[in-house]
Amino acid sequence: MMQSTISTFPPYLSLAIWLPILFGVLVLAIGRDKNAGMVRLMSLAGAVVSLLPTIPLIANFDNAAHGMQFYEQAAWIDRFNIFYRLGVDGLSLWFVPLTAFITIIVVAAAWQVIEERVAQYMGSFLILSGLMIGVFCALDGLLFYFFFEATLIPMFIIIGVFGGPNRVYAAFKFFLYTFFGSLLTLVAIVYLYNASGSFDILEWHRLPLTMKEQILIFIAFFMAFAVKVPMWPVHTWLPDAHVEAPTGGSVVLAAIMLKLGAYGFLRFSLPITPDASQYLAPVVIGLSLVAVIYIGLVALVQKDMKKLVAYSSIAHMGFVTLGFFMFNDLGVQGGLMQSISHGFVSGAMFLCIGVLYDRVHSREIADYGGVVNTMPKFAAFVVLFSMANAGLPATSGFIGEFMVILGAVEFNFWTGVASGTALILGAAYSLWMVKRVIFGPVANKKVAALTDLNGREFAILSVLAIATLAMGLYPAPIADTLQVSVTDLLQHVAVSKVPQ
Amino acid sequence: MNEMNSTLLSAADTNLVPVYAEIFLLIATSAILLIDLFLKEGKRNLTYGLSLLAIGGCAAFSFMDFSSGATVYTFSSMYVSDPMSNLLKMFTYLATAMTIVYSRQYAGERGMMSGNLGGEFYSLALFSMLGQMIMISGNSMLSIYLGLELMSLSLYALVALRRDHAVSTEAAMKYFILGALASGFLLYGISMIYGATGSLDITTIGQVAASPDTNRTILVFGLVFVVAGLAFKLGVVPFHMWVPDVVQGSPTAVTLLLGGAPKIATFAIVIRILAEGLPSMAFDWQQMLMVVAVLSLAFGNITAIAQTNIKRMLAYSTIAQMGFVVLALVVGNVDGDTTNAAAAYSAAMYYTIIYVLTTVGTFGLIMMLARAGHEAELISDFKGLGKRSPWFAIVATILMFSLAGVPPMVGFIAKYAVLQAVANAGMVWLAVVAVLFSLIGAFYYLRIVKTIWFDDAVDTSAISTPTDMRVIMSLNGVAIVALGVVPGGLLAICYTAMQATLGS
Repeated sequence: MMQSTISTFPPYLSLAIWLPILFGVLVLAIGRDKNAGMVRLMSLAGAVVSLLPTIPLIANFDNAAHGMQFYEQAAWIDRFNIFYRLGVDGLSLWFVPLTAFITIIVVAAAWQVIEERVAQYMGSFLILSGLMIGVFCALDGLLFYFFFEATLIPMFIIIGVFGGPNRVYAAFKFFLYTFFGSLLTLVAIVYLYNASGSFDILEWHRLPLTMKEQILIFIAFFMAFAVKVPMWPVHTWLPDAHVEAPTGGSVVLAAIMLKLGAYGFLRFSLPITPDASQYLAPVVIGLSLVAVIYIGLVALVQKDMKKLVAYSSIAHMGFVTLGFFMFNDLGVQGGLMQSISHGFVSGAMFLCIGVLYDRVHSREIADYGGVVNTMPKFAAFVVLFSMANAGLPATSGFIGEFMVILGAVEFNFWTGVASGTALILGAAYSLWMVKRVIFGPVANKKVAALTDLNGREFAILSVLAIATLAMGLYPAPIADTLQVSVTDLLQHVAVSKVPQ
Repeated sequence: MNEMNSTLLSAADTNLVPVYAEIFLLIATSAILLIDLFLKEGKRNLTYGLSLLAIGGCAAFSFMDFSSGATVYTFSSMYVSDPMSNLLKMFTYLATAMTIVYSRQYAGERGMMSGNLGGEFYSLALFSMLGQMIMISGNSMLSIYLGLELMSLSLYALVALRRDHAVSTEAAMKYFILGALASGFLLYGISMIYGATGSLDITTIGQVAASPDTNRTILVFGLVFVVAGLAFKLGVVPFHMWVPDVVQGSPTAVTLLLGGAPKIATFAIVIRILAEGLPSMAFDWQQMLMVVAVLSLAFGNITAIAQTNIKRMLAYSTIAQMGFVVLALVVGNVDGDTTNAAAAYSAAMYYTIIYVLTTVGTFGLIMMLARAGHEAELISDFKGLGKRSPWFAIVATILMFSLAGVPPMVGFIAKYAVLQAVANAGMVWLAVVAVLFSLIGAFYYLRIVKTIWFDDAVDTSAISTPTDMRVIMSLNGVAIVALGVVPGGLLAICYTAMQATLGS
């Protein structure tokens, strides 16, 4: 009946998932505002400890191996043949350390900023981190759904409790949009279980499905992942959520949470419904191009910095989905590279905005000008990250965009041309913002009174800057790990699953 | 037919072992009633302790029966002790015991346990529980009906316990009249079925109804009334009108007594009468229940949004949640194929149990926030709970997300089990309808979470609660998460119990 337990020792993936959750619960349990200092230290310790098990993942990952690595399996719900199955391949590997890493950044970034309900803030982020890693590692359909949905709760609390004036609206919109998408996914998951008798995602990859079934399942998955990515036209929750969320919430949202959707496409939509994916690819590509071009234009006219970066995230994620649905090596790899890079760059952008917001309590571009005069170190970072956001060569942002554009040209010349405009738009909105905020004469008294980065902020932004540059200058280690999995995926997708 | 009766009669005896729990509870309750008479004011804690002890005793008996796993009929097969009944009874005890713990302070502050009322709150609660036990174990229309009436009469009296309180009295009146009407429906239906089959015994009805010689017209006629009566007791659309008024009007402690454990007993009689007694009529009752389920999901969820009174909101949410239970009941028999019956009905059972455990906690929280002279009935009374008591705010959040069906809470597993059964019966569209209404449902549960965490407190006083309630409430919250993370055990137990009941 039930297969035996398969375990690797030490269980790195389980540790990566449960350590932060454990620390999060602990922080919630003992943390009060009276002992905020201890809560901060404990959270930082938790975040750092949680990063440790992800290091051997990268170190021991076999680039040439096919299939899943670090596989773990144990019976979970016998009644429905549900297993606790974990594993990573090239598609998911990098998101695990990325998540753990961003969590450290978020905890550190909140150090002096969050003064009230510190334990609830830190605890939420730690738990959220574990849950998101769970999403990337889960190889059992229900386990995936379990983690995927559970991430909504801490984020809902983070936006709602620590957010801006319109936080309630933003939190509800975030929750209900995503919940709507995932509920339909649940139906698809149940359907796949009934059809295959198993919750094993890899089993579903092999399951033959008729075209009609595939299209319906594709749409059900698409609902969840498209909302999460988010794709035009279901993106409207994201700017609201970003604007209202506290800095840490925005960072996690942009850096990791959006990737849950992108990753879902690769793990579910493409391999489980390859025929429907190919059939519906023009639609997805069309929506992605709308995101890239139209949302890029929308970003151009934003007055609020956070909104601008939020729209730029949507445009960048449009690149990711565009890459995935062209079904060529460059596209899929480029999409993944873009996802990882966007994790660093968007996170850094939101942190930069947070730095300004903490000092001036405004995100309006019009309230700034000439920041470089008072905050030269900060200005250097902003310029660097904006360049990365615009996809300048030598930064991580360039690699992914360039690969996707090459893939797009290979796929269809005009798609390539259309996606190429994104580089122009990206440069336009990023650099124009830099010009208005950073350069020029000192705009007002508040800007004149600004103090430059303190040691903590400098350290955080430096780490991200190093990551951005390192990935831009030497992307090979990451690209190498993707290669086999992407090729396997594309070979799998090329074979029809419709029973003859 | 005579043959069948005689074989059943010959097997029948007055084996008392299966009814030890009921006999024990009857004696214990009568004793508590008497002891309480001689207690001085302020010593009523003894009644409280004894009541919990009596429930504990019942649990011991039922647990012994449950662990034997046997199905035993007694009193000429009017009464049965099978794994399903013992399992459901144990959860009934649990729910009632939790209710009693949660209610002590609340009811005490409202004079429901002093003066000439004495300890009647406890004895009536125990009598109502006895009725539920008889419902759960009844294997004849008559014993089921007796149990139902014992439960209902105790509950009518409980609702009216604060007789100087106009709203409570109104609720009692409404509950009594509509409840009596429902009982009338049920009894009328039972008499029709008796007319068609010549028996009150569930097992015999099942055999006779399946034979082609039975007059189907009368049977269907009776079935309509039985289904209406059961729908009344479950509180599902279109027989739901009493639910919001009674839930809101009753003192919260009583709301919990009638909105918690009785759902389990009602579920049991639905299974006994429809799934065991009339499986041959499944096509007919499933059609009726499908309409009921969809209407309940729609009406309950949509109406709940408009509520400002949290008890009333939870009442509408109950209607929707019961819709989910009924949903699982309509997919057990697919065109005569009953291979998935145990899976579907056990999903409904699991859902009911989980729902009751969650609801008991939710109303418990309302009582926790209530103080003497203040009811904490409005959603706004939850404002700022996150600051007033972070721990119980977390518990409340857990309960709300569980009701909304968000993992890792157990409410998700329950919803999943039902959806699984529905999809397995090939009714994917029904599953889609159900999840879409769950989305609407999520909104008003989220609103409570929002009130707890995002809004500033109006009332910043600390929450004073007796230790026993704090401990049980904490365990209640932890259990909802723990059962969600490790759901395998209870799911499997429900499934095997249901298999045993359907197989016998």
